[in-house]
Amino acid sequence: MIKQHVSGTVYGVVLNDHASLRKIGSETLEAAPYKGAPKAPAMYIKPANTRVACGGTISLPAGATNVEVGATIGLVIGRAAARLNRDNALDAVAGIVLAGDLSLPHDSYYRPAIREKCFDGALPLSSVKPLVDLANLQLRTEFDGLVVEQRSLADLVRDPAQLLVDVSEFMTLAEGDVLLVGVSYQAPQAAAGSQVRISAEGVGSLNFSIAGAQK
Amino acid sequence: MKRGRIAFQGAIHQVTQAEDGRVRLADGRLLNEADVEWLPPVVPGAVFALGLNYADHAKELAFKAPEVPLAFLKGPNTIVGHRAKTRRPADATYMHYECELAVVIGKTGYQVSKAEAMEMVAGYTVANDYAIRDYLENYYRPNLRVKNRDGCTPLGPWLVDRDDVPNPMALKLTTRVNGKTTQTGTTADMIFDIATLIEYLTSFMTLNPGDIILTGTPEGLADVKPGDVIETEVEGVCCLINTIVDDATYFAN
Repeated sequence: MIKQHVSGTVYGVVLNDHASLRKIGSETLEAAPYKGAPKAPAMYIKPANTRVACGGTISLPAGATNVEVGATIGLVIGRAAARLNRDNALDAVAGIVLAGDLSLPHDSYYRPAIREKCFDGALPLSSVKPLVDLANLQLRTEFDGLVVEQRSLADLVRDPAQLLVDVSEFMTLAEGDVLLVGVSYQAPQAAAGSQVRISAEGVGSLNFSIAGAQK
Repeated sequence: MKRGRIAFQGAIHQVTQAEDGRVRLADGRLLNEADVEWLPPVVPGAVFALGLNYADHAKELAFKAPEVPLAFLKGPNTIVGHRAKTRRPADATYMHYECELAVVIGKTGYQVSKAEAMEMVAGYTVANDYAIRDYLENYYRPNLRVKNRDGCTPLGPWLVDRDDVPNPMALKLTTRVNGKTTQTGTTADMIFDIATLIEYLTSFMTLNPGDIILTGTPEGLADVKPGDVIETEVEGVCCLINTIVDDATYFAN
C-alpha cells in the first residue's frame, strides 16, 4: 500500500527535455557561468513547506506578481532505492503525481534558487495515482481555462528510468520521496489571481489558484 | 543540556551527556560514547546549507562574498551521525571537509524579524559538510552530486540547548585530520549571522522544528583520503568524528 499523499523529500530536475535545451541554447550553455551543458541531472529540492494539495490557493511572496508553472510528473518512490539500473529502476516507483512546480521567474540556473523555488506553497501536488506508461504522456497546462502549454514526456533527455539510474547512483531515494521528471525552461507564467489546471490523459488533473498579489 | 540520539541494543534512545562525558540513557544506564551507534541528534526536517558565508573562504575559492545568502538544500539521505564512515569514491581527486556550526530550529515561524530570530533556535550542533569537487557543475551550484551524496553530511553528536551557548557568534571552529589541525576560524567571521539567515529564510518560507541551518565554513580546506579520521569541533558545542573509507570498504559485503 502506498500513502495517498506525498510524505518524503521532493527532488526536481531542470533542462531534462530537448525543447528546453534548444530554448536556452547551446551558446548560452557553453558560455560562463555554465561552461558546458549539464552532465549529471541538474537537480533541486522542494522542501515540505512547498507542498499543497489539489484545490489549494498559493500566495506568492511579497513583491511577486507572476509565477512560472512547471507542469510535470513526479515519480513516487515505493521502497528504498539506490544504485538502480535501467532494468529495475521503475520497480522502485509506487505511483505518480501530477505536479505544478512553481518558481518565481529566474533567468539563471547558476546558483541555487531557494527563494524562487521554495516559498510556501510552491509545489501543488495531486494525490498519488497508479503508474502508467509515461513514454508518450502529454501534459497540458491551462490558465483560467486557456491552454498555455502542452508537452510530451517523449521529449525527455533522460526518461524516468534513466533519471532514476543517474540520481540513485549517488543518493538513496526513500519510500515516499518523489522525483520530478523535469520542467520546461521559462515555463508559462501565471499572474496573481489565476486559476491553474494541469492534466494528463489517463492520469487526471491538478487544480490550484494563485492568490491576488500581496502588498 | 546536551542531548543526543543513539541506537543501542535494538532500540533508539534519546540520551544526555553525563558529567563524566559518558552517555546517559533515560533509565540511568551509562555508556561510553565510543561504544554506541550514534544517530543524528535530531530527525532532520529541511536542511539548509550556506555557501561562501565566511569572507576568507569565499576568497579561498576565488569568489567575491555574496550579497544575499547563498543557501542550498540537502535531503535526509546525506545526514549521518557521529563516528560514521563516509565514502570517498574511487574517481574523486579532491574531497574536502567543511566544519560548520549547525543551528537547529525549535519553533514554527514565518516572516520572523532579526530581533526575534534567535527565539526560533532550539540549539546547536556540529556538521561536517563534505564536498567532492570533481562533481561540481554550474547548475544550481553547489549541485546535489557534490553536496547531497549518501552519508556525506555527518551531524552531531550533541544538540546543545540554545541558552547554553550564550554567544554563538563568537565560537572557535577547528578541524583536525588524523590529529593535526588543518582548519581554524571563528563564527564571528560569518558574513550573514544566524539571526540574519533566519530572517532571510522566513521572509519567503516557513521554518519548522527540526529544520537545520548549516551556517558555512571558514578557510582551510584540504583533501581527505580513505582512512583519515576527521574531527570537526565547534567550541562550546561538540566535536564530531568521521572516518573516510574507500569504495571497497564501504560496499564490503
